Amino acid sequence: MSDEVVVKLNVNGRDHKVLVEPRKLLSDVLREDLHLTGTHVGCEHGACGACTVMVDGAAVRACLLFAVQVDGSKVVTVEGVTPTDGTLNPFQQAMQDCHGLQCGFCTPGFVVSMTSYLDDHPNPTDDDLKIALSGNLCRCTGYRGIINAARTAAGLPVPANAADGSDH
Amino acid sequence: MKPSSFNYHAPTRVEEATALLAEHGDGAKVLAGGQSLVPMLSLRLASFEHLVDLNKVDGLSAIERVNGHLRVGAIVRQAVAEHSADVAASVPLLSKALPHIGHFQIRNRGTVGGSIAHADPASELPAVALALDATIEAAGPGGTRKIAAADFFVSTWQTALADDEILSAVEFPVWGPGSGFAVEELTRRHGDFALAGAVVGVQVSGDTVTKATIGLFGVGPTPLRASAAEAALLSGADAAEAGKVAASHISPVDDIHASGAYRTQVTAVIVRRAIEAALKEARS
Ligand SMILES: Cc1cc2nc3c(=O)[nH]c(=O)nc-3n(C[C@H](O)[C@H](O)[C@H](O)COP(=O)(O)OP(=O)(O)OC[C@H]3O[C@@H](n4cnc5c(N)ncnc54)[C@H](O)[C@@H]3O)c2cc1C
Ligand code: FES
Ligand code: FES
Repeated sequence: MSDEVVVKLNVNGRDHKVLVEPRKLLSDVLREDLHLTGTHVGCEHGACGACTVMVDGAAVRACLLFAVQVDGSKVVTVEGVTPTDGTLNPFQQAMQDCHGLQCGFCTPGFVVSMTSYLDDHPNPTDDDLKIALSGNLCRCTGYRGIINAARTAAGLPVPANAADGSDH
Repeated sequence: MKPSSFNYHAPTRVEEATALLAEHGDGAKVLAGGQSLVPMLSLRLASFEHLVDLNKVDGLSAIERVNGHLRVGAIVRQAVAEHSADVAASVPLLSKALPHIGHFQIRNRGTVGGSIAHADPASELPAVALALDATIEAAGPGGTRKIAAADFFVSTWQTALADDEILSAVEFPVWGPGSGFAVEELTRRHGDFALAGAVVGVQVSGDTVTKATIGLFGVGPTPLRASAAEAALLSGADAAEAGKVAASHISPVDDIHASGAYRTQVTAVIVRRAIEAALKEARS
């Protein structure tokens, strides 16, 4: 075992200090040391996107970062993307309205990815949204509701036949 | 799974990084964006006693014009290069290739140098470096040296870098007016590694093609130059003919994703499409 190191993180606006092995992934520090279990771990090798968080403003895979690498950074997890007045952010609300989740395992990753994406790209096209969604996998929904949620949050029309998946 | 234990080093100078590599030999590995290395560590396909993180090293994150080249520092994030106006203006082929790498979350972390040093034969950026005759700068304990892209890619995941060297920058030649570029690839899903891909650059004067380069990826152990197809294009062949020539010179192997025969057939089509798109841009 290699020596533990001190890592300081600001997560969702709160400062934390943890003592961890260098090999500890950011996703595991968030879940196990900080008890922020909203960040899900699916594949643990970069393929599924369930672990997506924002580090210094950019959406990244938390399972592909060692916590020690982001010492001193600002991290935003799914617990931190909701407005403080208790409402949902536009993409979260649209996910609810468009039935964008079933089991919910993939949802935190989609929410963090699209919250970040729509902040940076206020006027995406329909194709842009589909490409932006391609980094997150969902085993339940067939994506239709998720794509419609992204369209709704971006202010794009939802095609009439898009609810039943018949346009793909 | 979890990566096995390692000692973490975060040097701030290139000399410190290369000294660590020299000291620890093949027990040490460079960590850049981590988008290829960390999955391999987590799957326990690889383990190292020492990881040397380049992310805090000074002087590796600039994009600058030098002597007719665009010099891109090793740890420039793929997303930064993708959105750089300098890159779009000077090396459009690089701008066009970057969005094909994985997904935006991957490119927020992955580095230009990491992709080239990783040398996955199905990767876009090694093919861009090869097609443009880029120069790779390697820094070692004894100083720096320049390696032509044609000599850099040795085999799958193998490069001309020594154990104690890092890739410090890549210099891409800047093409003049009248040129056009295109990237075409076939993937099962957006963001996947390509089953077969092509990057093309052409320069025209009137109806004549005066300069042509074609790089292929996903169809050999390294990225490949389609030299015979380039020559055909320069002597007046059309895009479809050049595509067939490119396909006739490769022998990709079968794997679980596609057969070699399929990849060969696809190569003829994507080379044609990429040439058509590049010519259209050059003439516009
Ligand atoms: C889901 C997913 C999809 C992806 N899709 C694609 C794709 O479609 N196309 C594609 O090209 N890539 C793809 N990638 C890989 C990604 O582009 C990586 O960013 C890239 O291959 C490696 O760059 P990195 O900076 O992350 O390097 P790392 O993962 O940190 O390092 C990779 C290797 O290169 C070495 N290395 C890195 N930098 C240097 C340096 N400066 N000097 C010496 N050695 C160095 C490391 O030691 C390691 O062996 C994908 C990755 C994921 C997780
Ligand atoms: S758990 Fe990180 S990408 Fe799947
Ligand atoms: S809702 Fe179950 S994995 Fe997406």
